[in-house]
Amino acid sequence: MNARVLDRTLIYGSAILLAVWVLIPFYIIAVSAFTPQARIFDFPKPLLPTAFSTDTMQFFVEARGVVPSVINSLLVALATIAFGLTLGTPAGYALARFHFRGREAFQVIVLATKMFPIAILSIPLAVTFLQLGLYDNLLAVALVHTAMALPFIILVTGGVFVAVSHELEEAAQTLGCTRWGAFLRVALPLALPGLAAAAIFTFVISWNEVFAATILTLRTRTLPALVLAGLGTSPLGFKFAGGLFMAMPAIVFIFLIRRYLMNLWGSR
Amino acid sequence: MRTRGEQFLPFGLLLPSVGFLALLIVIPMFQALLLAFVAEKGGFTLEHFQQMFGDVNFSDAWRNTVLLLILIVPLQLVLALAMALLINSRFRGHGFFLYIYAIPLAISDLAAGILWLAVFTERGYLNSTLQNAGVIQQPIIYLSFENFGGILSAIVIAESWRATAIVLLILIAGLQLIPRDFFEAADLFGADRIRRTIHVVLPLLRPSLQSALIIRTIFAFQTFAVVFALAGRNMPVLAGEAYVWYAGNRNEHLAAAYAVLLLGLTVFATVVYLRVLGLREAEVQR
Repeated sequence: MNARVLDRTLIYGSAILLAVWVLIPFYIIAVSAFTPQARIFDFPKPLLPTAFSTDTMQFFVEARGVVPSVINSLLVALATIAFGLTLGTPAGYALARFHFRGREAFQVIVLATKMFPIAILSIPLAVTFLQLGLYDNLLAVALVHTAMALPFIILVTGGVFVAVSHELEEAAQTLGCTRWGAFLRVALPLALPGLAAAAIFTFVISWNEVFAATILTLRTRTLPALVLAGLGTSPLGFKFAGGLFMAMPAIVFIFLIRRYLMNLWGSR
Repeated sequence: MRTRGEQFLPFGLLLPSVGFLALLIVIPMFQALLLAFVAEKGGFTLEHFQQMFGDVNFSDAWRNTVLLLILIVPLQLVLALAMALLINSRFRGHGFFLYIYAIPLAISDLAAGILWLAVFTERGYLNSTLQNAGVIQQPIIYLSFENFGGILSAIVIAESWRATAIVLLILIAGLQLIPRDFFEAADLFGADRIRRTIHVVLPLLRPSLQSALIIRTIFAFQTFAVVFALAGRNMPVLAGEAYVWYAGNRNEHLAAAYAVLLLGLTVFATVVYLRVLGLREAEVQR
């Protein structure tokens, strides 16, 4: 065996080992969530499933509050995408196109907010929202999620507009488009895939967020808030099905935005 | 060519997001201070903080938060570094593996806790596998309050599994900034892979390693759902106490005191972060 073959075996061997480490919990939760309710406490369980059943999943979906909480989660996520892209896209565009005074200061603000524990702020925010009549309201949750997603949206859209040549926009302007028209007809269509990626990551942030959603709601729960509040009392099968429900979108979503991953965390 | 309007355009474009962030961050920060430092009857007070420091769970929460930080962050750095170096060697199919490694990026800490609960619960897959292999005769109870090491290990594994993806992306970005010539030059001088990694790559990767370290430190202060999913209330952590005091005990003053403590820790870590990296280096690079 020559050195190159050994080298490649080593590289693929470790790459596959690390991939197994990442994927194995998904396999186990899927097997657990599709185990018949009566077999959840079997011991020892074989690693390969012997019985397949959707009754644990069915029990979860039919449990009180689950369907409304999924709808609430979707509503919050969609509102967060709408608010976030409306606020963030112009900022990303400005970062990509203009050199202006205060640009660096703004970049530091984006960087600092990316790391800022906004979820913790939902404790004082809950008091404010109570006074405003927004407590236990999905709008309040969406606003906090927007603040969380905004720095990421600005980073991704900024990167997207840098990749869209500004010469095309200028050409459109010399051909009679207004600045706004050039943006709308030239830059925006070209940036659409990137904006879609920003929207998907925003969805992920909102869909996953636990702390703020739990603090800011009482009855109008999102799915993670419902699952968290019930951790102490719900049966194991409910948790497994809930875990699968919350985790599975990740596999699809990261695939969809794989080309934009470096924009999210790549820039320090 | 540039009109006056054009000059103000970038500021107009930034204003909505800056204004929104100011509203949602600055105002609640003041509100948090008010809640934490102002007594029920008005006037400045430290009683909420005294109550917080005196609480039975406080010292445990503090110790556990720091302990988790110390155990999780190095593990993540090592795992992420291994993944990043592999991906950066650009072997055939590295894009596919990057996708796999990045999947936990879209997993919440709550979901991660539940995924690993299926592994660590008494009749879960770890005990099943060990029993099937004949290593143990009866299931080990990992997640009992009597088994602190068991609970701690489960949380460390779950949280390392989940949040390694963030560190990975930071490190890959850092590796991409290192010119490929450096690797080739090291090859030319006969450096083998391990020595090349230690002497050439790691020093050049220092800024990325530092920012990964500090970002993860800041996030570690917020850890709570993964702990709740695996340990319930058997393992208090700071963010979890804030949640319990607010949602469970309906005491927003004490919850706010915890929030102020967490914000203080974050601001401290952020200042260190900007200091260490220097503002220029910390600039968002595209």
